[in-house]
Amino acid sequence: MFAYIVRRMFQSVIVLLVVGLVAFSMFRFVGDPIDNMLGQERTQADIDRLRTELGLDQPFPVQYFKFLQGAVQGNFGVSYRQGRPVSTIIAERAPATLELAFVSGFLAITVGIALGVFTAIRRQGVAANIIMTVSLIGVSLPTFLIGILLIYIFSVELDLLPSFGRGETVMIGGWSTGFLTASGLKALILPAITLGLYQMTLIMRLVRSEMLEVMRADYVRFARARGLSDRVINFRHALKNTLVPVITITGLQLGSIIAFAIITETVFQWPGVGLLFINAIQFVDIPVMAAYLMLISVMFVTINLIVDLLYYAIDPRLRVDARAT
Amino acid sequence: MTDTAESPKAPARSRFAKFWDSDFAWSFRHSPVAIIASLVVVILVLAAIFAPLIAPHNPFDPASLNLMNGFTPPGTPNAFTQDTFLLGTDDQGRDVFSTILYGMRISLFVGASAVLLAMIIGVVLGLVAAYFGGWVETLIMRIADVQLTFPAILVAMLIFGIAKGVTPPEYRNEMAIYVLIIAIALSDWVQFARVVRGAALVEKNKEYVQAARLIGRGSIPIMFRHILPNVLSPVLVIATISLALAIIAEATLSFLGVGAPPTQPSLGTLIRIGQGFLFSGEWWILFFPACTLLALALSVNLLGDWLRDALNPKLR
Repeated sequence: MFAYIVRRMFQSVIVLLVVGLVAFSMFRFVGDPIDNMLGQERTQADIDRLRTELGLDQPFPVQYFKFLQGAVQGNFGVSYRQGRPVSTIIAERAPATLELAFVSGFLAITVGIALGVFTAIRRQGVAANIIMTVSLIGVSLPTFLIGILLIYIFSVELDLLPSFGRGETVMIGGWSTGFLTASGLKALILPAITLGLYQMTLIMRLVRSEMLEVMRADYVRFARARGLSDRVINFRHALKNTLVPVITITGLQLGSIIAFAIITETVFQWPGVGLLFINAIQFVDIPVMAAYLMLISVMFVTINLIVDLLYYAIDPRLRVDARAT
Repeated sequence: MTDTAESPKAPARSRFAKFWDSDFAWSFRHSPVAIIASLVVVILVLAAIFAPLIAPHNPFDPASLNLMNGFTPPGTPNAFTQDTFLLGTDDQGRDVFSTILYGMRISLFVGASAVLLAMIIGVVLGLVAAYFGGWVETLIMRIADVQLTFPAILVAMLIFGIAKGVTPPEYRNEMAIYVLIIAIALSDWVQFARVVRGAALVEKNKEYVQAARLIGRGSIPIMFRHILPNVLSPVLVIATISLALAIIAEATLSFLGVGAPPTQPSLGTLIRIGQGFLFSGEWWILFFPACTLLALALSVNLLGDWLRDALNPKLR
């Protein structure tokens, strides 16, 4: 067990070091930041001063080490485009993305499980069939088209909800939240649905197929024979046993929600980290790109590590395999 | 069931007749979804290939554009010039129907090239991993595992971002299409590698491979002439499904503004442009490209689903 954990963590660190090297090489080989930061009217003195300031006059290994040192401390340098520290910019933007991801994740899990149970119980029903068909279309629609469709219906035609931005936000400490104002909550609805829809259909279909499987099991039949009510059977006996795969898939999907937030944030001009990243790509703002790359890798590697370790704890078969290899 | 049409009196049957009687063709003829989906795909692909012949205007020829024609609704004559456009025009007076045809060309070109490239990379790496085993296999499959933990679209975005930074600014627009192809291909090769490796691991130990090795054939001929043909059918299925995903990935990247440049608009770029006119009531600039994209992606997807069932021996 201990050896497995150590090896798995060692692998994660290697992945992060490789990603760090990629991120750092972007600084080295992608254009000259000095050109991007200084305007047309620059003097040689300006260039030299900035070069020293950014540490670009030092040898490669020194720069890489400094980069890693900075990255560990959350310091990714200064954005070429905005001229402010990247860590400050990301800290400003992070609450927007995290709130959006949290709400969509919550939506996807609750609605997804509810609909999954419903479609499994009322398998032959008209409503269940309609939900299944709609979910099929939902899966094949690209995220950005779903967002545009929602904007068209609810903002353009019905004029009910805002189509862009976060509405009013309230600062609590360093965290700007949209949860406390009416316009903030209204602004959250469409992006959250757009972002959560794919995960919702995924969870729904997973819960449905797992439920159908479990409903055939002997202990459910026995529960039925004992005369327990449908509700107790469906929720106490059947649903509980479907939750292990659902939890693992949901855990893995957490990362996807953050990644797909890029698309949603662009459609709704949501001022989060994803929009920041897209703008960074468009303007070749390397420090922001590198920081985002590092952040997202740390997140994905951590999630994967946790899921793997959970698997290892839950599934005894893996322990045998791990020892054999 | 497939033998009903076969009669012993006709020994010299054409290749086509043989194909027509095969399980594969039988399953196709009996699947309305597959027939409709493939019809849609064929029509759209032909329309894209012959775009210069079909399109009433060349949207990239500034001489054929008239700014007065801007924002003409579909099917109605323009107030100033009395010109009529089937699907209307955009803000610069470009015919939407023509831009869709040309946009589809770019979407399909990028999608197909990306899948082809991903397939080549994936198949070669998968075969090499399965055939040689050892540290080569560990290295390739570890990279694949790591990449699989990141969503493909994110990988494509990162590769695009890095490549964009590496290319000098004056070539960025020209190179964007190729960078896009490489980015999508590199985000997609893992599927192929995993499937090919899995199938090849089984094939590798079969007698025909041992026989080939015994008569002294080299590793490369054995891998590509003997094992490869036997692992191709799952590759074909994945390629079809990947094509739908690649088309959507391209559209998504272009929509986000990190894909096809405005000088070579793909369907995604057109949708991006169209979104700007959603609030001012010019719905057709957005609506028709979006429908085309959906029809294309959905029918390729359905075709892939059918192919998976048709080629799966367990379901026969």
